[in-house]
Amino acid sequence: MSKYTLNVNGQSRTVDVASDTPLLWVLRDSLDLVGTKYGCGVGLCGACTIHLNGVPTRACMTPVSTVGRMKVTTIEGLAAESGKLHPVQQAWSDLDVAQCGYCQSGQIMTAAALLKDNPKPNDEDIDGAMAGNLCRCATYMRIRAGIKLAAGLTTAGKGGAQ
Amino acid sequence: MNTPTLTRSVNRRDFLKLTGLAGGGFALAFYIRSGGEAAAAEAAAASGDFAPNAFVRISPTGAVTIVSKQPEMGQGVKTSLPMIIAEQLEVPWSEISIEQGDFDEKKYGGQGAGGSNSTPNNYDNFHLVGATVRTMLVEAAAQTWGVPAAECRAEKATVIHSSGKSLKYGQLVTKAATLPVPAKDAVTLKQPKDFKLLGTRIAQFDTPKIVTGKSLFGIDVKLPGMVYAVYEKCPAFGGKVVSANLDQIKTLPGVKDAFILEGNGKVKELVPGVAIIADSTWAAFSARKQLKIVWDEGKVVNESWETFVTQAKEKAAQPGGRVLRKDGDPDAALAGAAKTVEAHYIYPFISHANLEPQNTTAHWHDGIMEIWSPTQIPTIGTGMVNRVLGIAPDKIKLHLNRAGGGFGRRIGADYLIEAAAIAQKVNAPVKLTWSREDDMRHDQYRPGGLHFLKGGVDAKGKVVAWKNHCFTFGEGGSPGSGGSLSGDEFPGRWIANYQAEQTMFDTGWPMGPWRAPGSCVFAWVMHSFIDELAHAGGRDPLELRLELLGDKDEMPAGGAGGGAAKGGKQAAAPYNVARMRNVLKFAAAKAGWGTKKFAKGSGAGLAFHFSHRGYFAQVAEVTVTKDGQLKVDRFVTGADIGAQVVNLSGAENQVEGSVIDALGVMMYQELNIERGRTVQSNFNDYPLIRITDAPAKIETHFLKTDYPTTGLGEPALPPVAPAICNAIFAATGKRVRQFPLSRTDLRWS
Repeated sequence: MSKYTLNVNGQSRTVDVASDTPLLWVLRDSLDLVGTKYGCGVGLCGACTIHLNGVPTRACMTPVSTVGRMKVTTIEGLAAESGKLHPVQQAWSDLDVAQCGYCQSGQIMTAAALLKDNPKPNDEDIDGAMAGNLCRCATYMRIRAGIKLAAGLTTAGKGGAQ
Repeated sequence: MNTPTLTRSVNRRDFLKLTGLAGGGFALAFYIRSGGEAAAAEAAAASGDFAPNAFVRISPTGAVTIVSKQPEMGQGVKTSLPMIIAEQLEVPWSEISIEQGDFDEKKYGGQGAGGSNSTPNNYDNFHLVGATVRTMLVEAAAQTWGVPAAECRAEKATVIHSSGKSLKYGQLVTKAATLPVPAKDAVTLKQPKDFKLLGTRIAQFDTPKIVTGKSLFGIDVKLPGMVYAVYEKCPAFGGKVVSANLDQIKTLPGVKDAFILEGNGKVKELVPGVAIIADSTWAAFSARKQLKIVWDEGKVVNESWETFVTQAKEKAAQPGGRVLRKDGDPDAALAGAAKTVEAHYIYPFISHANLEPQNTTAHWHDGIMEIWSPTQIPTIGTGMVNRVLGIAPDKIKLHLNRAGGGFGRRIGADYLIEAAAIAQKVNAPVKLTWSREDDMRHDQYRPGGLHFLKGGVDAKGKVVAWKNHCFTFGEGGSPGSGGSLSGDEFPGRWIANYQAEQTMFDTGWPMGPWRAPGSCVFAWVMHSFIDELAHAGGRDPLELRLELLGDKDEMPAGGAGGGAAKGGKQAAAPYNVARMRNVLKFAAAKAGWGTKKFAKGSGAGLAFHFSHRGYFAQVAEVTVTKDGQLKVDRFVTGADIGAQVVNLSGAENQVEGSVIDALGVMMYQELNIERGRTVQSNFNDYPLIRITDAPAKIETHFLKTDYPTTGLGEPALPPVAPAICNAIFAATGKRVRQFPLSRTDLRWS
């Protein structure tokens, strides 16, 4: 066991865990941040997507010992401090994107990173960026629509919840 | 599943006698079956709330809470069913809060979620629940004002008198609590023409928690002092533990205990294995890698999918194990047909692959087994805990967690019984988490199958003969869930010379219901072969299907062929041919069937299916590139689920998900079982569909009819694959007769 001080959602958090512990389990078991999900454990499903210094990263493949001083942002830290939702979270709410919802924090984190790099993505950009995130309920139509809404490319209307 | 409705009038005095509750509050239940609701009522009364039944609670501040009794797994019932109550109650949706009810069927009635039954089983009751509470609030206002109730109406959580004066629901709570619950006949239901909420698009109630990552799912449960468990089972189904290096495991970092469970001898219940208890998930996962177990694998190692496929091909021409249905003389009709077609169709076993791996938290304390689980049908789990562990039903307490996908997998309760059995040996709350590999290797799989078909058409292209020899898979002597073809399966009953036979290979493999069991594969086989016959006879696929359906409005179950088929729900129900004809024409019109010209490599296909009380017809438009890549350009669904779509947003989401799910299954999913064990382990060798393969456009149209409102978790799925495969044929001339799609070379030039 070793002590690691992490910067998680702008807060300094110290944990005492085995050095090979994936950041996923540090977040979930040690820090009670359960929005980051376990789906496959090997980086294939994207349910555990977080941002490391703003870059979308698979927390299940990131040993805690490699995180260092990098800024960890999880779904719990995506909204503004005021509580105002990130545009992607807001679009997901407006369009009622989720079915079971299990994959959606990973989808939202990936989509937020996409829009930071590419504020007006086209269909191909969206599919390319989101291809690493599985949705078993297959809400892909609304994921596409959610990203376009968050990007201001469309306005909320038919095709989701009002 | 049954939902008991025991609505009756009980006045306050009777209720007080019933519960011993006196003064200071009010409570009554619609489901007067036990003292279960009495406790809730007492709690409500103590807080001054108005809680006239198990589902609605209104506080003096006006806060309205609706309890959702059904398990939520993404099908949307935690939102849609409370919408029904809210509609009748006349409370704006934004003012309603929803709580997930614990498992308590004495209080709530049936709580199983499966078979797309949550909506049809609760629809009428929930209208009555909401309307009854509204009636009591109106009466309370009328009495307060000393006016007839008929002069008052309810709107936006307020009762308004014709004079214009009004009282908010919160202000009426104390008075309402003194009133008798009116009998059903004394309650006026709000009529569909006045609905403001039902049929609109409402986001799921849990959306704010989902988009901000709040604790919600079974796997998110955390209790004070909780420890973490993993459970290693034999890779070969039903294998037993001979020995394990438990002493070494117990020395590993973070490990608190390790022990063997013997199991109860059933491959879908408590399976033998080794449990490791640790102080974190990762410590348990890590220790597991050091496990060395000697297994007794048993006879299941003699069973492989490929061997069965070879046997089926050898036996296809021989008589089947069982005749499911025989009408007329199919052999003579084939001999006399103008054209005949012969083909066989194969679909593999597949996994449910819920994205949330199976998990359950259990705490054995004070003689009570307390459980937190993402489960679809709670009674299956509690029944298993009772039978296998010998814990009395009243000593089992089950909390229902949101499930990260169901699709039928969580009807099984193997993971729940494992957690409970482990908890009996651990002096703390314990969360069992399956790895992805556990989930894939120990699923209760959708059975694969093979169909050997012969069909004949006359000179005009009319279908005159049909024979099918189906091979299915059994577990312990009976076909796996959804594995048994029904003698009534369409087009059985519609063709004068028809025969369906079935041969079963018995196995030791675990099988279970997978979204639209049976229908999810049979619709593909039947509507693909109907398409083959249409093309053989030079007929338009829509026109031939309409001819096949015929002019009769209803086809009774069973029929002249007497189909010896074991009655599934669908087999027992008459087939409303008029509804199917109408929805087929409706979908075809929406899609513009027959009006479009497609270039080579593109084309349209259609299919229809009746299951889970819903009538569905679908049209696919696809493009196949010269190098054989499939793209679905447009997918149109016509759906008849009766008179009322409850939540339009959820309904469309279910249909869109069903379309893409079915597309993913046909494109990618294949689970091989070799030597009694699953070959695949994770999403590298068992890929799921990704966003890149999602159709460019999905259109969903509901055909409103006068029939009762029915469910949507399943019936949109079955016709998807045949519609797409028929479109592939139209585009390329290539017939897809085996899943997944990679088994068929779709290249063309």
